[in-house]
Amino acid sequence: MRIRLTSVFVDDQRAAHRFYTEVLGFRTKHEEPLGDDLWLTVVGADDPDGPELLLEPSGHPAVGPYREALVADGIPIAQFEVADLAAEHARLTELGVRFTQPPTDIGSAVTAVLDDTCGNLIQLLQPREA
Amino acid sequence: MADVFRALDDRTRRIILDLLVERDGRSLFEICGALTTRYGLSSSRQAISQHLAVLEEAGLVRTERQGRTKLHHFDPGPLAEIARRWPERKQDP
Repeated sequence: MRIRLTSVFVDDQRAAHRFYTEVLGFRTKHEEPLGDDLWLTVVGADDPDGPELLLEPSGHPAVGPYREALVADGIPIAQFEVADLAAEHARLTELGVRFTQPPTDIGSAVTAVLDDTCGNLIQLLQPREA
Repeated sequence: MADVFRALDDRTRRIILDLLVERDGRSLFEICGALTTRYGLSSSRQAISQHLAVLEEAGLVRTERQGRTKLHHFDPGPLAEIARRWPERKQDP
């Protein structure tokens, strides 16, 4: 068993698609109409056959309170690995991305938390080299 | 002032203040993470939230929203009151 697809709820699929591709740097994998919405997934630029991230509409009434409570406490909903967190933090800050936690050494890794502008906090992680 | 002493009479709460003095403006998530990874304190998120509430009630911690995230700041105000009430004696030169 392995992870093929996971999802984040986003307020606006188009805006989310722009942020996840143009700002974070993911590539579009699937973009197909599905009712009023899209089946919209992205993958890592250097891992096109890797796990997909589904940008899922946040319309369900339970999503609002659930995400609001997590964001208030600073809790990220997903974690992405980066090769150089300091460089990513500098690059994304330059692009206007807001971090709720700057790069922080947690021993086994360095992590930071950013606001994806779509209603979620995302943790970036650079594993410490063994 | 009684609240201040009660708030300080706990190691976890003192460490939380240390973290905020080191760098102000941290989320609950970040405080929990630092307590676990740096101090080996694996209290539940709910317990840390309660510790923060005690500190906030005592006036030692203030919270403010950055976007939709609640960040915690250290407020040394109540500690200054202690020093005013029991000031350090000036030594004669």
